[in-house]
Amino acid sequence: MRSAAFRAIGALLLVAAPFLLLVVLPQNQALFWTANVLGRAIVFGIIALSLSFLATYGGFISLAQMMVAGSAGYAVAILVDGAVPTIVGGVPYALAMPIALVVATLMGLLVGAVAVRTRDIYLLMITLAVAMGVFRFVETNIAWFNGYEGIRNVVGPQLFGTDFRNPYVFYYVSLVVAALLYGGVLYLVRTPFGLVLQGIRDNDRRVAALGYSVKLHRIAAFGVAGFIAGAGGVLATIYNIGISPGTIGLGPTVNVLIMSVIGGLGHPAGAFIGSLIFTVFDTFAANIYDRDRFNTLIGLVFLVIVLVSPDGMVGLGTRLRSLLGARRAPQP
Amino acid sequence: MTTTLTRRRALLGTAGIAAGLATPLAAPAIAQGAPIRLGGLTTLEGPFATGGQDAFRTVQMELERINYTVGGRRIEFIRESSNAQADVALARARKLIEQDNADIILGPLSGAEGIALRDYSRTLTGRTIVNGSSGASDTTLRNPSPNFFRFSTDGTQWMAGLGRYVYETLGVREVAVTAGDYAFPYAQVFGFNIEFCRLGGRVTQYWAPLGTTDFGAQIAQINRSSAGALVIVHGGTDGLAFMTQYAQAGGQKPLIAGSIMADQTMLAARGPHRRVMVGMVSGGPIADVIDDPDWREFVERYRRRWLNEGGFPSPSIHAVNYATNLWGILKALEAVRGDLSNNQQAFQRALAAAEFKAPTGANVKLDHNRQAISDIFLNRVEERDGRAQVVAFARANAVNQTLGLPEAQFLALGAPSRDNAGCVRPS
Repeated sequence: MRSAAFRAIGALLLVAAPFLLLVVLPQNQALFWTANVLGRAIVFGIIALSLSFLATYGGFISLAQMMVAGSAGYAVAILVDGAVPTIVGGVPYALAMPIALVVATLMGLLVGAVAVRTRDIYLLMITLAVAMGVFRFVETNIAWFNGYEGIRNVVGPQLFGTDFRNPYVFYYVSLVVAALLYGGVLYLVRTPFGLVLQGIRDNDRRVAALGYSVKLHRIAAFGVAGFIAGAGGVLATIYNIGISPGTIGLGPTVNVLIMSVIGGLGHPAGAFIGSLIFTVFDTFAANIYDRDRFNTLIGLVFLVIVLVSPDGMVGLGTRLRSLLGARRAPQP
Repeated sequence: MTTTLTRRRALLGTAGIAAGLATPLAAPAIAQGAPIRLGGLTTLEGPFATGGQDAFRTVQMELERINYTVGGRRIEFIRESSNAQADVALARARKLIEQDNADIILGPLSGAEGIALRDYSRTLTGRTIVNGSSGASDTTLRNPSPNFFRFSTDGTQWMAGLGRYVYETLGVREVAVTAGDYAFPYAQVFGFNIEFCRLGGRVTQYWAPLGTTDFGAQIAQINRSSAGALVIVHGGTDGLAFMTQYAQAGGQKPLIAGSIMADQTMLAARGPHRRVMVGMVSGGPIADVIDDPDWREFVERYRRRWLNEGGFPSPSIHAVNYATNLWGILKALEAVRGDLSNNQQAFQRALAAAEFKAPTGANVKLDHNRQAISDIFLNRVEERDGRAQVVAFARANAVNQTLGLPEAQFLALGAPSRDNAGCVRPS
């Protein structure tokens, strides 16, 4: 009952955030926070969500999610009108974005298929290897991906007569997409498919003995995660006005893992919490601490979070609640 | 006679009234005492971290020299850092403009970042981005942005005269070129090839992505090849890795270098590469030793300020490029007395019209794309005073972005890229 109220308040806060920011901050800073802190956090939260989904319900830690997101981003950049340089071009956003989601889903399925026989640290390594392989390929291929410089000037479609990159439009579109995907994940894990997935996480041999195909379920889960990451990748590409190999390099790949871990892998909401913390520190650490050494501060904060609460911010929340509950229990 | 006099008087009178009106109008803007917010963006992380740190050294030094005041207004300098990746530079630039409310950005340092910020600057009104040290030619040559200015020369310009020198003076007919696989080295290789191939020289290219650490396979191929000289267009940690491995592999070929290779960021680093770098010939906008009193004074100032605080024996190319662009900003701010009102229109006009001498003593002015036309040096690495130094031995005056070719003809050659590296055979 109480958690339902919490959830409603949280959702309301997210919807009203751009206007609440206007109350506490000057206008230009409120706009900055709307698009470049909250908006960016939601977009990268979506990509982290794809990892959280795999890790929480399937027990698969995949380091390929940023690459899968990037494949969707590249698909959009290659197809749409106005991108520089024009690779294919001429495709409207309304068509390019669904194609990009299909590409990301296929890429997810491919990663799942390649990694289907591995688990734990070996799964981590093989997904990382696939991601780095794609990264290097994209970085050196000029004909399709324009190499190191990538493809620029992907400005996004017009939406209801406004620019997609208008801070409010961008924020609300990202929020709606994130909410749909988040709800989708929560729904999916209660379906028979999701239950089988959790069965695989807990004991894959028993699931196989029950007659389910473990391999197919695993690959399908990677496909779903690919779709989620793809949605994030399309939004991230429009946010960055383009995409370059740096977006899917080792740094961003690890960043997505960091977001999921500091947020907590116990619940899909952790992805967004982690992503928000990450974005805030990534943006403002240089203001707080020496500009030449601010990465040290970012590292320390993440270290402290993981040390204090091995299951991330979500775990911290549960622990606090149980602590409060334990204190309250003897009273009545 | 009388009519002319009255007209002249009328004109004078109008001018007087205009000036009288303008002063009280302009004064409150300055009297508010709000500082000019100058955002600095360079690479304090990643492959060009040492160059980025040095860039902020000269910027700080030059701002300290004028006591952070220009045209009667204070300058507030806000530092930001990227890692030479376009999307990171873009995120930091956004923060400078939108969160820190910077009026002007000075930066970025590397090529792909420059193109990303050029595109971003087009979406801004009333803000200006002045280049730091990025040297991709397309940043200003193709699709230039009205809000992006570059007082430093680009990678193609930096190679002016080098191809001719290698072909005619060194008598080399075939070279191997090893270069980073991104915008800035493309521009440099393009500048070298355009002269060298036109004269009839032959070129074999070896590309490696930025951030490469193992050049073993490339070096083996180069040492086996029949090339008479090796042209190295790497920089930062990539350049150091290449040179170290080349020295360890016992490379013997005469070395020709791009502009960020023959530089203090390389020569000041310890290692076996220093041995093979002596005698290396390069082209660029600076050298350690230039026979120019302005430059000697600048170097002396730099050494006094920074030698005991981690600075190089002589300022690096990035430091000088940032200083040159800063001087352009200061010159324009002085001309408009710090007035950034009216969407910075007057300021941007003053920037476009600024003409001055760079720290190296080179003359700087801008072309119609807001790109510098300036002097380029031909350099050789020599042992002097017990350390390796880059010594200028020739100078090409007023090199423009198309290396003297008519713009239409130069543009028709296409944008520099891996597949279009400027080696156009004489037909």
